[in-house]
Formats: sequence, structure tokens, C-alpha cells
Amino acid sequence: MTGTVRVSDVSKAYGQVKAVCDASFTLGQGELVALIGHNGAGKTTLMKLMLGLIRPTSGSIEVLGDNPAAGEFAGRRQLGYLPENVSFDPALTGRETQAFYARLKREPVAKALELLDAVGLGAASRRRVSTYSKGMRQRLGLAQALLGQPRVLLLDEPTTGLDPELRQTFYDIIARLAAGGATVLLSSHALTELEERAGRVIIMNRGIKVADGSIDELRRLARLPTRIRLRVAGLAPSEMPGWAPKDATCRRLNGHIVEIDAAPERKLELLHRATAAGNSVEDVDVVPPTLDELYAHFLRQSEQAP
Amino acid sequence: MNVLIIVAKEIHQAIRNRWVLAATLLLAGLALSLTFLGSAPTGNVGVRALDVVIVSLSSLTIFLVPLIALLISHDAIVGEMERGTMLLLLSYPVARWQVLLGKFLGHLAVLGFATCLGYGAAVGALAATGSDIDSDSLLAFAAMVGSSVLFGAAFVAIGYLVSALVRDRGTAAGICIGLWLLLVLIYDMALLGVLALDQGRSISATVLNALLLSNPTDAYRLINLTGFANVSTFAGMAGLAQSTSLTVPVLLTALLCWTLLPLGLAALAFSRREL
Repeated sequence: MTGTVRVSDVSKAYGQVKAVCDASFTLGQGELVALIGHNGAGKTTLMKLMLGLIRPTSGSIEVLGDNPAAGEFAGRRQLGYLPENVSFDPALTGRETQAFYARLKREPVAKALELLDAVGLGAASRRRVSTYSKGMRQRLGLAQALLGQPRVLLLDEPTTGLDPELRQTFYDIIARLAAGGATVLLSSHALTELEERAGRVIIMNRGIKVADGSIDELRRLARLPTRIRLRVAGLAPSEMPGWAPKDATCRRLNGHIVEIDAAPERKLELLHRATAAGNSVEDVDVVPPTLDELYAHFLRQSEQAP
Repeated sequence: MNVLIIVAKEIHQAIRNRWVLAATLLLAGLALSLTFLGSAPTGNVGVRALDVVIVSLSSLTIFLVPLIALLISHDAIVGEMERGTMLLLLSYPVARWQVLLGKFLGHLAVLGFATCLGYGAAVGALAATGSDIDSDSLLAFAAMVGSSVLFGAAFVAIGYLVSALVRDRGTAAGICIGLWLLLVLIYDMALLGVLALDQGRSISATVLNALLLSNPTDAYRLINLTGFANVSTFAGMAGLAQSTSLTVPVLLTALLCWTLLPLGLAALAFSRREL
């Protein structure tokens, strides 16, 4: 795996406020990385640093072989960026805007205009940008970010304002790009969407990287319990089944469901015990900790750490 | 190449926003009214009409061209930053100086087009009404239009410098209005006042020349009102034209410096700017 983006010990301070603090990571080819964190966690700052729009207070960054802080930009022909709240010159039409950006990237204009159809802008592309809704501007933003087979895609809150159908198309497009070897870094609040798609998650809190790994790795690290839900017949409303372990938290949900918080390594043991107890168990659901829960966990952990 | 792409886009945008149309109509309208009203007091006997027009148009330029130039330029950097379009543009493979130079050439083209067409209308009108236009006057007129564009370029560059330095558009607009007042109106009044008080005791010719060169407006005025013998007679500046040692090349160089220096500083400020 070759690194396309290298961030080493990067800090960025605005006066007293530390927007990013000693962040280090390398993003490789073909990785689809989710950058999560609440507002002001440093996600946008990190992307701006990678683009050379701002310079790090300390540390160094390398993007596609360039040092963006020194104003090098040769690699940017293979870089796509979608800013949060993207905006365009209102006097130009969607097609004119896309053609302008295609020329800057030395891409054939005809091919660039096809992208407008791919993001579903179609007929609206002949209208001025000033008439566009938020969702349409976002589509145009996506179309320009996808120009010229990017090897690195930086997407800041890309799915806000997109309808569910386009959201699906969008994730298909970036999954295809990632499969073709592109590095995709996307920040988002829609954690449930990212859960199935991101191969890797980086969690930021107050400018500090608090977790970095695949969802499975984060689950192992977090040691959050897996919830096992069993539908059990013939139990009184508040009674616990006899086989329920004494050292795990058990709850009763709406009548006949028993929910057990199982430590990751005890999942199978508990299931064995439940099935061994006979046929009173009618149904089983195993719910691993979601990205939401992992995120909350790592935030709590970092807040407690001094 | 990048610069040309940005030039093309700026011109396209200016046409779309009707900046080109507005500036051209404004300059043409004023030029035409000055041409016909301006010849009323002199009459048409013995006076070459175009020379009179040159004097009135260069006075018009002094007020109007800096205003138009600052209007289109004060917003160029800080405005795009505020609207968020700069963020995306700078993520493309284009250097910041290329963005600035592209904008400059684009805005200069708009200004040049408006000036040539607007003032050209005056010559056209004179020719159409049957006035005699000799080649000397025509040359002086061409020089006036050319120097007006250069004069405009200086103010476009000054506008960029302001735009690259300030935090928001309102401040940029305020500072530009202040600069316009200072350079176009107040400077000359103050200079006149100082000269009158001094009575030639401590302000030597060299100091006066330096003071005149340190304002692009005076450099422009001297080029047009003293540069051509015929014109300077009408401008009432013949006296000054004989006494000043500032030649046209020196004045042009001063205007060029007034363009390149602010533009360079603007590029420097813009390249260090974080957004």
C-alpha cells in the first residue's frame, strides 16, 4: 500500500485556539476513510491543510508528492475537493462552471460535462447557478470534485442536502473510485451511512486524533458490549431466564425480549447457554456496537483523559 | 495557460454581470455630452475640436476611471473569499499569483474595452458632424486613451492590494472610497495649498516633481495636459509644461510603477493569506 497523503505531527493554532494538535496519519491508495468528529473538531482544518489553503503551525504534510504548505500544486490535477457549503459564481451556468474547472485541470470539456449528467444535474446545468437549490449546488460540487479521475478525493460533508437516491449514487461512485485505487477522505455527521462503507475511521475531538482504524478494530479497542436480544417464551414480565449470566447486564424489553450486554469474547458462550436451555428461545438478534456508539465512547474516553 | 483561463472567465463574468455594458455606456454617454456641450463656449472657429475634447475627457477620466477601476477590483480577492468561491478555486492546480494576474488582465481588458469604445464614440461623433481632425490631434487622442487605460490599471492594482489585505468586503469598499477621495481630490488641493503658503521658499522644483509623481492622478494629468503642445495651450497648463522637467516617458514610468508595485504587493499579501 502506497501512501498518497501523509500527515506527520501536524498542529495548527489560530491564536490561542488549537484547531489541530499533533495529528499524524497516512492514507493509502484505495482507502475509503471517514473523518468524524463534531463541529470544530478540526476536520475542515485538516482538509484545508492538505490543500495548502492554510499552513501548519508545526509538522509536515505531503499530498501526492507535493508539500502543499510550500505552494506546490502539481499533484492537484489528480485531487478532487468538495468544500463544506460549496459555492460558485452565481452569474455562470452549471455547464460554464464545470467547463472552467475542467480547463484548469486540463480535462476534456466534453467529458467533464458528462459528469453533470452522472450527478443528475441534467437539464438544470444550462441555468445560472444563482437559481440553484442547495442540493443542486451540492451536485455541481460533486461533479467538479470528480473531474479527471482523481487519485485523492477530499470531501467535506458531501452528502448534506442530497436526497436519498443521489446519496446512493454518490456512494456508488466513490466506492468505484476507491476500488480503482483512489484515496477518499470524507467527513460527515451521518455516521450510520458511513458504517457500512468506510474501510477506516478516524475520530477527531478538539483537534486531537482519538481513534484511527477499521470499524472492527475500533470495536475491539472500545470493548463495548454486543447486545444480544432473545425472544423467549413463557417468562413472567420481569423474570430473567435461569441461564442468564449473573455477571452480565440483562434487561427485559417489551414483554418477551431479553437483552443481554455481552463482552465481545463472551458472545458465543452466551448463545450456547441460551440454546442449551431448551426451545424456549424463539429468535435471536445480535447487534454489534454501532459507529454512533463507538464515536460516543471514544469521545468520552478522550474527555476523561487528562 | 492558467492565467488565460482565468482571464477568459473574468471577462465572461463581467459581460454576464453587465459590468462591461454599464462602464461602456457611462463613459460613452459622458464623452458624447462633453464633446457637444464642451465645444459650446469655444465655438467652432479656429479651434481644433478634438483638442478641446481631449482636455475635457482627460478631466473626466481623472474622476471616473479610478472609480470604475476600484469598484471592480476592491472585491476581487476578499469578495471571493467571503463568498467561498476562492476556497474551491485554490484547490485546483493553479498558483495564487496566476489567479491574481488572470483577474488583473481580465479586469484591465474590461476597462480598456469600455474606455476605447466610450471615448471612441466621441471621435466618431466629431467625425460624423464634419469637424476637421488632423493627425496630430488623433495621435494626442490615442495617447490620451492609452494613458487612461494605464491610469485605470494603476487603480485596479491598488484595489487588489486593499482587497488582499483586509478581512471583509465592507472594509475594502470603505478604504477604496477613501483612497479615491485622497488621490483624486484631496491630494491636489493640499498640494496647491502648501505651494501657495510656501511661496516657493522651501519647496524646490525637484520636491514638487517628486510630489507630482507620487500620485498617479497627477502623473496622468501631466501626461495629457502637458504632453502635447496644442493640447496644453487649451488646458491652461502651458506654463507648467514649460517649467516642469517631467517628460512623458518619466510620467509613464511613474504610472507603470503605480501599477506594478501595488500588484506585486497584492500578490505577496495574497500568497501569505490563509483562508
